[in-house]
Amino acid sequence: MKPDPKTVLTGTHFLKGNDAVCEGAISAGCNFVAGYPITPSTDIIERISKRFPFTGGTFIQMEDELSSSIAVSGAVWGGAKAMTVTSGPGFSLMMENIGYAAMTETPCVFVDVQRGGPSTGLPTLPGQADMMQARWGSHGDYQIIALCPESPQECYDLTIKAFNLSEEYRVPVLLMTDECVGHMSERVVIPPADEIELSPRRYTTLPPSEFHLFRPGKDLVPDMIKAGDGYHVHVSGLTHDEHGRPVITPECQDALVRRLVNKIRQNEPKIRMVEEDIPDDSDVILVSYGISSRIVFLVRELARKEGIKAGIIRPIVVWPFPEEVFRKAAKKSRPFVVVEMNMGQIVYEVERCAAGQAKTYLVPHAGGTVHNPEDILKIIREAVK
Amino acid sequence: MSVAVSNPIPVNPVEKYLRMERIPHIWCPGCGIGTALNAFIRALDEAGFEPDKVCVVSGIGCTGRVAGYVNLDSFHTTHGRAIPFATGLKLANPELKIVVFSGDGDLIAIGGNHFIHAAQKNMDITVICVNNFNYAMTGGQYGPTTPISAQTSTAPWGSYQAPFNLPKLAESAGAVYVARWTTYHVHQMKKSILEALRKKGFSFVEIISQCPTLYGRRNKFRDGITHMEWFKEHSVIKDHPIPSDINLGFRTETIVGKFLDIERPTYLDAMNDRYQRIREEKGV
Repeated sequence: MKPDPKTVLTGTHFLKGNDAVCEGAISAGCNFVAGYPITPSTDIIERISKRFPFTGGTFIQMEDELSSSIAVSGAVWGGAKAMTVTSGPGFSLMMENIGYAAMTETPCVFVDVQRGGPSTGLPTLPGQADMMQARWGSHGDYQIIALCPESPQECYDLTIKAFNLSEEYRVPVLLMTDECVGHMSERVVIPPADEIELSPRRYTTLPPSEFHLFRPGKDLVPDMIKAGDGYHVHVSGLTHDEHGRPVITPECQDALVRRLVNKIRQNEPKIRMVEEDIPDDSDVILVSYGISSRIVFLVRELARKEGIKAGIIRPIVVWPFPEEVFRKAAKKSRPFVVVEMNMGQIVYEVERCAAGQAKTYLVPHAGGTVHNPEDILKIIREAVK
Repeated sequence: MSVAVSNPIPVNPVEKYLRMERIPHIWCPGCGIGTALNAFIRALDEAGFEPDKVCVVSGIGCTGRVAGYVNLDSFHTTHGRAIPFATGLKLANPELKIVVFSGDGDLIAIGGNHFIHAAQKNMDITVICVNNFNYAMTGGQYGPTTPISAQTSTAPWGSYQAPFNLPKLAESAGAVYVARWTTYHVHQMKKSILEALRKKGFSFVEIISQCPTLYGRRNKFRDGITHMEWFKEHSVIKDHPIPSDINLGFRTETIVGKFLDIERPTYLDAMNDRYQRIREEKGV
């Protein structure tokens, strides 16, 4: 499936990451955005509100992030491709309806332009401390997909990817950018519409009498419908059976929650996106994602000058975590140095996958600016001692 | 020659709108939610909308379970969020008729902000609120509508906070149609819901209901019938009263009626007009 060429700004542009997210969404066929202004994400809805009258989309500024995040689910069940956009404090409010979207298997995209926290924190400065919140922030067991772009070009590409994954797995997909990536301007190449591949919504071909809203296919993902098509479905955040009927039993809970989790876990190899460059003679493996990886690529060159050879793993899809990649890398017992703009989040995943086979070091940072290369080098020197 | 006379069992006209396999419902004996649902379905039937194009959206709580019993596309959302879910649904597919059916705690406390903002925007939805004066699903705690002096499980010595008066709230926030009835007024209730369904914009019908299990027994309404008899004796019908007259107190008279029926542009009409003008200006 291809986007409408009239909506795609094909060409080479000089764009902010946030603008690239907006264009990525429009290229992906997004035609509904609900949002609430919050720094440093606001310029996405500003551009959306300017563009949508000409692309056939509907933008609505809601009264808060609670309503924005549930309006998205409403719009999807009405047939739209929908997104909302926020930053830390708003992301906290959206947890409720990320859970609802996960439970009701509503394909939609949430963008979190991360800033320093906790609480109001650093509204205008970057952070990467919402990564575990993205994974675990709503109550109960569920699984989402989260992507981390490191440049405006990736903001564009991964926004399209986020919409595609949400449709393929009927799951909320979180695009975890940050203030730096959101506000840096770089070259962004937007391809012609016929070179953009979009995943269509998995609408059922069955008649209403044979269709069950939550009966999964082989990939554990059920097909869906939209309101008004005559299927008279019931969609509930309560634990439900394959018909969508609330069933409050441990058996129904087990079947549903296992499937919600496994439909992502089981398909992780297909969802996986990792940039991996580990020469055989590497002394150390640097792990980073999003904006932090931009510094890490520089640090690798600085380390080489000191005679330290570093490999790199950059998860682009951070959730589900690419465990296999790290287990394999840990086998040669080279230490991992994890560089992230928080006090330690993804490092726990790396440490878990290393399972004692390789030492794991963290270069922590409370946020506000990117890492100082020297701070990373210090830990690298310690790691290879 | 004899003519065979068929003697069919009469079918309840509301059945085709219900998921009969889900009956019996979870509501207590004597509860008023079924009365409200019955009136809604009869209004819907009379309105003549294509059932495939009607959606019911509920939040959480006793009334929130309505969505699970109607044989329509129906959505049981998160607590308080029925209205913003309905907003997304309506904007994505304006041809759908969207009815939000939920309780006073869901719509006015946790969802209160969404209620006033959807009214302000004149979002094209019908909101039916069953007001039973308490949070019944969780065991009868006081809520945004509990009258002063009424006892609840968290106001064991009587409530002392002033309740919201929902029609006043709806009117001042920008609703275009506002009515209130009690579960005693089944015909008027149905008529108002029918008018609300046919109204463009944000229409609001409050249905005052008994809640014998959680609210009634703590407040000397022995059972559902006792409370409904009280509604009958203490309700005063006033169409188009001045807002300060829309009284609702504890053991005082209850003003019911159609309070407001006005016209103003809906959110969708205003948005489409604006977008159309801009597109024409830009020649797109």
